[in-house]
Amino acid sequence: MVSERRKFILGMARSAGLVALGGLVWSAYVDEVKANKLILRPPGALNEDDFLSTCIKCGMCAEACPFDTLLLAKPGDNKPLGTPYFTPREVPCYMCEDIPCVPVCPTGALDKDLVSTDGKLDINKADMGVAVVDTKNCIAFWGIQCDACYRACPLLDKALYLEYEKNERTGKHAFLKPIVDSDYCTGCGLCEHACVTKKATITVVPRDVVIGKLDDHYIKGWDKADEQRLQNATAETTTTERSKRDAVDFLNDDIGGLLDD
Amino acid sequence: MTNIWANYRFLILRRFTQISLMILYVGGNYWGWNFIQGNLSSSMLFNFVPLSDPFAALQMFAAGAVMTTNLLVGALIITIFYMLLGGRTFCSWVCPVNLITDAANFLRRKLGFNQIQKKQPASRSIRYWMIGLSVVLSYILGVTAFEFISPISITHRAIIFGLGMGWTAMLVIFLFDLFILKNGWCGHICPLGGFYGTIGKVGLIRVDHDADNCTNCMKCKEVCPESQVLFMVNKTSEQVLDGACTNCGRCIEVCDDDALNFSIRKLAKEKNNENNK
Repeated sequence: MVSERRKFILGMARSAGLVALGGLVWSAYVDEVKANKLILRPPGALNEDDFLSTCIKCGMCAEACPFDTLLLAKPGDNKPLGTPYFTPREVPCYMCEDIPCVPVCPTGALDKDLVSTDGKLDINKADMGVAVVDTKNCIAFWGIQCDACYRACPLLDKALYLEYEKNERTGKHAFLKPIVDSDYCTGCGLCEHACVTKKATITVVPRDVVIGKLDDHYIKGWDKADEQRLQNATAETTTTERSKRDAVDFLNDDIGGLLDD
Repeated sequence: MTNIWANYRFLILRRFTQISLMILYVGGNYWGWNFIQGNLSSSMLFNFVPLSDPFAALQMFAAGAVMTTNLLVGALIITIFYMLLGGRTFCSWVCPVNLITDAANFLRRKLGFNQIQKKQPASRSIRYWMIGLSVVLSYILGVTAFEFISPISITHRAIIFGLGMGWTAMLVIFLFDLFILKNGWCGHICPLGGFYGTIGKVGLIRVDHDADNCTNCMKCKEVCPESQVLFMVNKTSEQVLDGACTNCGRCIEVCDDDALNFSIRKLAKEKNNENNK
């Protein structure tokens, strides 16, 4: 006769084991798909971490998109299932002025405030990513005249401008080099869509992936506004002890002095 | 013909609701119908009434998301709706996975698997552990954990937005229910079913059993996907009050002796078998 108590304890232990097994596999999977940092989100999307906790995966943004730019991640896409994304080389974001994909979001994962200026929708504030030029393979950098991306840019001469430079090789032609200004680029991907090369030499990537960040002590001395930061700066004294020995003494030591203990 | 209607009336009605809801959702996406747009996670009815999955909302809360009024109102509407109707009405009348698991179950009966393997080796309370796990993982990982793997959402999105590799999830559930565990997904594991079962415990529409008419043929228990809720059959005349009952009505239509019927929940505890025909 097995006692009820032993049965109960075994039952609980089995459940706990199953929960541990399931929980581990489950969280490992979630962690893996979360690790994909190269997903381009719709305009007005919260930062990726907040976006993943807030998006309910209803697909209303995708339904609202008149160009079928937005897709929902399907099993096999290696992206968090059901979340909206777009692939600009196939269908870029055409930057609708009324931004139909954003106000329909029921959870605020696409936030109207992030794409509004003074309470009015403003698609130029969108930050889906930033375009990056492959200067090695872009034919404009070879000296061949091509301004396909420049012409396609909805923020022409702001987000994407041409830099003219003399072509020393021929001596009589000019380079028309496309340069992206990340202050303005919205990451719509119209440039990537328009690029004439076999594989696009201008591509959109999420801003976090490629935009660097400076330490506070770099200040543009020639920029009045940036210089202001010095006003409130505080000095910090470090107290690294300096060696009292002459430099030449190190050379006269035996090899032991050159090795770490 | 009348026989088919009598024996399958709820099944036909359920398939009708399930499939027409899908068509309306597909129409909302592809042809811009504004009856209902979105999917089962969150929708907009008539471009005006928000509807949201309360279980997804719970996970969002655990994940630390900022909740919008739109979402809370939507989740509240759905919660109240299924509270009144009987929670797991969702499972058998709306959920697309029900079509898959019903098919597996049908095959199981036809192939006689249930005779070979009478005892099911798993506990039906796994789903409540799954609810707990969904909430805990949502909190730890900061995402809506079950929504990341939910075969319900995968299936529903597959129908509305395109399939991808979604068929693998459907196939796995089908094979699991067919060969491994009877009513495996819907009756043992699915936390959404567990969740609706919990909030729907107080539901007003309940199956009522009349033991006086019962001939103990056990057809009802054979078709019931949650046969433990029919413990009273041929014993006492009472209503099926267990939250796990999905209100699918299969037991009612297979009963030849008028011993089972839908009824309104008796709020006062009194024996009255006459007015529940």
